[in-house]
Amino acid sequence: MIPEIGLFALIIAFGISIIQGIVPLVGAARNDATMIAMARPVAWAQLLFVSIAYAALTYSFIVHDFSVQYVFQHSNLVQPLMYRISGVWGSHEGSMLLWALILSLWTTAVAVFSRGLPDALMARVLAVMGMISVGFYAFMLWTSNPFERLFPVPADGNSLNPLLQDPGLALHPPMLYMGYVGFSVAFAFAVAALLGGKLDATWARWSRPWTTVAWSFLTFGIALGSWWAYNELGWGGWWFWDPVENASFMPWLVGTALIHSLASTEKRGVFKSWTVLLAILAFSMSLLGTFIVRSGILVSVHAFATDPSRGVFILIFLCVAVGGSLGLYAWRSGTVVSTGKFTWFSRETALLLNNIILLTATAAVFVGTMYPLVVDALGIGKISVGRPYFDTMFALVSMPLILLLGIGPVMRWKSDNSQRLIKQLSVVFAASMAIGIILPFVIDGVFNIATGLGLAGGLWIAITTLQSLYHRIKTSSRIPLAFSGMILAHLGMAFFVIGVTTVMTYNQEKDVRLEPGASYSLSGYDFKFMGVKNLVGENYKAEQGHLEVSKDGVKITDLFPEKRAYVGRADPMPMTEAAVDAGLFRDIYAAMGESLGNGAWSLRLYYKPFIGWIWLGSLLMTLGGIVAISDRRYRQKRSKIQS
Amino acid sequence: MSMSKRGKRKLLVIMVVLGVGLATVLGLTAFEENILYFYSPTQIKNGEAPTARNFRVGGLVVEGTVERDSDSLWVKFDLTDGAEIMTVEYSGILPDLFREGQGIVAIGGLNENNIFVANEVLAKHDENYMPPEVADALEAAEQQK
Repeated sequence: MIPEIGLFALIIAFGISIIQGIVPLVGAARNDATMIAMARPVAWAQLLFVSIAYAALTYSFIVHDFSVQYVFQHSNLVQPLMYRISGVWGSHEGSMLLWALILSLWTTAVAVFSRGLPDALMARVLAVMGMISVGFYAFMLWTSNPFERLFPVPADGNSLNPLLQDPGLALHPPMLYMGYVGFSVAFAFAVAALLGGKLDATWARWSRPWTTVAWSFLTFGIALGSWWAYNELGWGGWWFWDPVENASFMPWLVGTALIHSLASTEKRGVFKSWTVLLAILAFSMSLLGTFIVRSGILVSVHAFATDPSRGVFILIFLCVAVGGSLGLYAWRSGTVVSTGKFTWFSRETALLLNNIILLTATAAVFVGTMYPLVVDALGIGKISVGRPYFDTMFALVSMPLILLLGIGPVMRWKSDNSQRLIKQLSVVFAASMAIGIILPFVIDGVFNIATGLGLAGGLWIAITTLQSLYHRIKTSSRIPLAFSGMILAHLGMAFFVIGVTTVMTYNQEKDVRLEPGASYSLSGYDFKFMGVKNLVGENYKAEQGHLEVSKDGVKITDLFPEKRAYVGRADPMPMTEAAVDAGLFRDIYAAMGESLGNGAWSLRLYYKPFIGWIWLGSLLMTLGGIVAISDRRYRQKRSKIQS
Repeated sequence: MSMSKRGKRKLLVIMVVLGVGLATVLGLTAFEENILYFYSPTQIKNGEAPTARNFRVGGLVVEGTVERDSDSLWVKFDLTDGAEIMTVEYSGILPDLFREGQGIVAIGGLNENNIFVANEVLAKHDENYMPPEVADALEAAEQQK
């Protein structure tokens, strides 16, 4: 009964979204106040019904309703409550439902928090978001119904992929989706502005806080995913340039460009049509990312091509959304005139360069991710693009970006004096270069230029960022939150760069074979293997290893890595659960390989200096975004429009 | 050394174009160098696989062929696409789902004895999952019979 209510609610939500996508738009075109006024209540109604559908699916998971095929596939009687709730987004159908729910949440948030918007613009924004909803509901109802029934009803279910049974990964998709879908707001604002033909600097001011929130969620979501992969996959890496990761990284790169471009448009009225284009691009990348991960195209291009319903639907949806908005852009953007004037040596130029670099990076990831899929789909061959390609590209792209990151924020709008900047920055530049280049020599007596440049880059960002904070404090009595947010996010970059550089150079890892009582020494840490014992968890059995870690004869910690086999599957799936002793300056990490007989095991041992700085930096960036949107400016402007 | 404003802007545009151009050239070079092609055991036996560069090979691990060294992590096993067999050597920890009969993909190159020396062995994290390359290789070998 409950699943039927869910499906019914989903169909009603679909119907409502059609109304939301059409009526306010017609109203705005005809200047019909009644139709325009429908936008808000309709958005609320959609939220109500999609929430009912979502609740129904969650309920089916909680009460073990295996008559629902999706529940049967991704849950079982022993699955803990937490993973029954997160099981909803554990696979394709439920993820789409979560996507629709989040989109509806963002839509309602826009309806609530943008009371100051002109009514017609508001109607258009909500209508555009409604149209996106139409696409997702139609996709679910025609190709991916999460409420599909199963008969006869099985007594027990399969299980959620054990990889997903981790708190970090349970939270990862919702955070990521909050980011992906959040870019739909900027997209809707851009399309609405194009439709209305009024693209002034105010639309940038309205889109800015929404874009920044979405970006913060996305940053946090990606960081969570990376942290999870590090802890859970047992490979000790934090980024693999896997297509799934790249799918989330592309919207992040474009979103970061968008945030900076929006700043120029709002403050100076420049790059207007460029910013609109970026808003469209950021959301297009989000759609592409969702579909790359969820359409099954990665598992098999052929399955994707031979199951015409999903594949064709996805292609049509992407073409309509991306092609339609780009077409609108081509048609309307000619009327947009950027008003601000600036010289070649100004902050505007620096932000433009930032955009060029970030988009170059996006293009590099795009090519590396999509090329193999296209080649395979065309039947030309089977290739994959190795990690060194991405590493090389990012080393290349990040150097000018890091240099610019130190200069841009201290540059003046409109026009700046190069002598002034050279005076202000030359000492910092020389000092960070010198320290960066010398540090590797101090650490292990070897000059390493690449590492030196990386460390110098991190220092350069950190010092120039603090320097601009210092100048701001000296010259003005109040520091706006938007500025503090930028400082935090840029400091986050410094932490990130230093973390990545250090761990890439000084990371020590070893696969070893150890018998109980034997030990292995890595970077001064002695790992003594104490043996393995059996454990029984809530829905798994595990073999738990015990390693005693000591340094210079002093015991540091005990590590208990596990090899788990989750029950409830015909063929219990083995899972590696790494053990990490995390610290500010180093992580010690151990993962179990396999039993080699006679009590001996293969073990993966790692010493990872500064790896925590990668996530610390990401958290600072997230925090920076949150601080920036708390700025009073955005609310003041809104109340001004209202009066 | 004073330059006109227009001159400076031109210089900036030229620098950006050069920068992006350079990035493209370096990117394409890195791309070309890091493309890994896939070959099935049959294709390798036919001499289609390169000897000078790394590539990927995939197939089913042949039952009873996994041999381990007793005091190191060295391991040797055979891969098949149903038609031909390819010997693979690897030193390190095998993935959780590596087992006999399972479809796997290995990245590495051929040594002088025509043995594939892997520096990475991949098995996807799903027991029902067959790497798509392996599925296709099996199908191709089946059709050739």
